[in-house]
Amino acid sequence: MSFLLGSGAGFSGDRTDAAVAVVAELIKRQQPAALVFETLGERTLAAAHRAMRDDPESGFEPLLDELLAPVLRDCLDHNIKILGNFGAANPSGACQVIAELAAQLGRPDVRIAQVHGDDIRQQLHSLDLQRWEAERLEMPSDDALISANVYLGAKALAEALAMQADVVVTGRVADPALFLAPLMHHFDWRWDDWDRLACGMMAGHLAECGAQVSGGYFADPGFKDVPGLATVGYPIIEVEQDGSLIITKPANTGGCVTEQTVKEQLLYEVHDPANYLTPDVTVDLTHAEVRQLATNRVAVTGIRGKPAPERLKTTVCYEGGWQGEAEISYAGPNALARAQLAAQVLRERLVFRAPAELRTRLDIIGLASVFDSDSGELQQSTAPSTSGDYRLRLAAEHSERRWVARATQELLALYCAGPAGGGGVRRQFQRRVFTASYLVKRSDIHAHATLFESSAQDTHRSERYAAS
Amino acid sequence: MRQAEHTQTAARPLTSVSLHQLAHARAGDKGERLNVALFAYDADHYATLLEQVTEERVLALFSHRGASRVRRYPLPNLAGMNFVIDDVLQGGVNGALNLDGHGKTLSFLLLSLEVTL
Repeated sequence: MSFLLGSGAGFSGDRTDAAVAVVAELIKRQQPAALVFETLGERTLAAAHRAMRDDPESGFEPLLDELLAPVLRDCLDHNIKILGNFGAANPSGACQVIAELAAQLGRPDVRIAQVHGDDIRQQLHSLDLQRWEAERLEMPSDDALISANVYLGAKALAEALAMQADVVVTGRVADPALFLAPLMHHFDWRWDDWDRLACGMMAGHLAECGAQVSGGYFADPGFKDVPGLATVGYPIIEVEQDGSLIITKPANTGGCVTEQTVKEQLLYEVHDPANYLTPDVTVDLTHAEVRQLATNRVAVTGIRGKPAPERLKTTVCYEGGWQGEAEISYAGPNALARAQLAAQVLRERLVFRAPAELRTRLDIIGLASVFDSDSGELQQSTAPSTSGDYRLRLAAEHSERRWVARATQELLALYCAGPAGGGGVRRQFQRRVFTASYLVKRSDIHAHATLFESSAQDTHRSERYAAS
Repeated sequence: MRQAEHTQTAARPLTSVSLHQLAHARAGDKGERLNVALFAYDADHYATLLEQVTEERVLALFSHRGASRVRRYPLPNLAGMNFVIDDVLQGGVNGALNLDGHGKTLSFLLLSLEVTL
């Protein structure tokens, strides 16, 4: 009998009602299953650490309650394991929220496990660090450091499941490891069975971005049409003991699972397909094949594995000064000329209103923006209609807040002092986070799991464990 | 799914089409490095992509963004190829002033390349 992996969310900010249809399908199938929430992007963790400085009871996924409330009781009642990196900077805080939610739902007996060992802020200076790939950044100073977390593999998560946890809460782990762990626990694969590990890891890779494998982030009307995108079904992956994979989705949902959707996700964020590095296995996709078996059922075969890398990736987040944005719209006759004049006025103003080291960029949305370079080469080479609907956008960064505030205020001032007919100004600025990635020795990292015991004293437990 | 519109005739002159007509793509980022996976809708066009969507052309397409190097990994089983483009994100998700710091929209910049059939 296959093991079913369901995805409940693919990033922090994903649809919070997606898991409902997935869980309904998992229950209907009456097979061993797990539901995974992947909600921790590179920067999400830094934001969580910042939130925790202001409020020690925050620091985990802000939508945790909204994500779990509709499905937690059903999962507990049907022995569907839940795994999530929704612990972010404060896994024990997340455990507390889940314990309280389960109690409200009539299941105070819930077993919640917490994974420790990803947070290495305290050890950072004593570790043997290597630069990751092409990264150039230097190690930040101590006062700028926000977070330092290792991408853990699936072992400590499988250990949590062996403790009969119903819910496994993690901070930073490799996203697909959230899916590999229940497979390791269920099938009892060996940790050096590289081909199976690779299959399990790629099951996770395919599902970790939620709907991106089942019709989300795919539609291109007239070329790649996707039915029911408003109710797109999040993926379910059927995994067999031998590691074979079938990607599907819940009945009566929108979206589609096709060879094309699966191929796009198979290579998503992959560099060398012969050496896709994960903490538990190096994956070789060069022999992979995808085949449509039936409507919304696609098999992936030919995934091979090689020994896991000697070192684990660590991402360090640190203070990166301030960044701000402000925009103003111009529409109708001669709109482009007015937007271009506004841009020119801003350029002239910023020369004497802000220091030379202020880094800025001006886009004219509707003419050229996201494809363009910081110096606006495409804006100059594109020949558009002069009438239309254009939006001038200024982005600015500086180590000091006041200069970003000043620059964006200069755009605001275009209301009265700029070209005719400008409107709809929006202006915002915030601290920015820089990240740098390093490689640490596997033997220096000590990941493990503990069962969570709800109590007021546990709020800061992750801090203590991080140093152990 | 619409396949590329093109009819085979023996004496048909070469026609230039947007890559978007023949292929689909998805972009992903890690730091300052972007990958764009490109797949032919019709496996018969894979050879054309291999011949014409070269590392050199992709580097030129992204040069205004500061791209320093492009590596192409062909995946014949998938009628596709993976492009890894270095230094194209002008700071990446954490450092870019671009609206799209991830470079997620850049899959469609690649698809704007012209190929001849």
